[in-house]
Amino acid sequence: MKVSISGLNKLFENRIRLGIMSVLMVNNSYDFNSLKETLGVTDGNLASHLKALEENYLIKVNKKFIGRKPNTSYSVTETGAQLFRSHLKALEDIIKSQ
Amino acid sequence: MNSKSNYFEDLKIIKKVMEESSRFLSLSGLSGLFAGLIALVGATVAGLLIMNSRILLSDEFFTGLSSDGSGIHRALLITVLSLVLILAIGISVYFSYRRSLRQGLKIWTPVSKRLLVNLMVPLVTGGISIIILYVQHEWLLIIPAMLIFYGLALVSAGKFTYNEVFYLGLAEILTGLLCALFPVYGFLFWCFGFGFLHIAYGLIMYRKYE
Repeated sequence: MKVSISGLNKLFENRIRLGIMSVLMVNNSYDFNSLKETLGVTDGNLASHLKALEENYLIKVNKKFIGRKPNTSYSVTETGAQLFRSHLKALEDIIKSQ
Repeated sequence: MNSKSNYFEDLKIIKKVMEESSRFLSLSGLSGLFAGLIALVGATVAGLLIMNSRILLSDEFFTGLSSDGSGIHRALLITVLSLVLILAIGISVYFSYRRSLRQGLKIWTPVSKRLLVNLMVPLVTGGISIIILYVQHEWLLIIPAMLIFYGLALVSAGKFTYNEVFYLGLAEILTGLLCALFPVYGFLFWCFGFGFLHIAYGLIMYRKYE
């Protein structure tokens, strides 16, 4: 994993990825459209960042059908939660140390 | 921009996104205020309609409610209570909707759905229990049950909105339990729980968040 000495994670440098992780840390699962509205981003933009997080095993994807409509929701993995917590701690430490 | 203010901004975003996605923050203090006022108006109307207003303070309220010849009074009381309930809910939804527009937040989100489920389960359970109490002529337990189940509903919904809702719930439960201990003063406890507590809560919330 790309973790710098200070404990900051490169993956979370992007604000949208940071936002996605923040939502998923406090919600068991969140669907695509609600994520889009909460973060105020476009479909394509959100999808590419979700993909990046998924490929690094930080989030899980659950696809299901509600009636005939596909519904994709996301939740954070154990690894994702751990990395996010250490990233958060690192951010706080930096703020405090200066 | 130097990196420190960048990190600080990151932390602010995390906090904001976490709050907005896990708590429904458009609940308006005004709805509490108006719900309380409506409750007091309703109580007054009920009092005037059903009995002589000067016996409001005495336990004759319950003799009035439970005596066998008062079927019409009971129906009137229930009509007034239902109107109060419908108006209070309508007004909370209206003010929350208005506030969500002003805040630029969505009103129908995963959080507001969860809030509603957590509110409705104790509330509907309470409603059914009250119907059962009514059918079984357990008049004295009806008002305590209203307060207690409403309080439980707020406590359970409180996780998904402002913390103050949780404390309002505790206060309602306490009022309900006291009311169960002194059921002859049920009417006063009702006015306190649904009137005064709502108004106090509404004022606190309005001043704090709006």
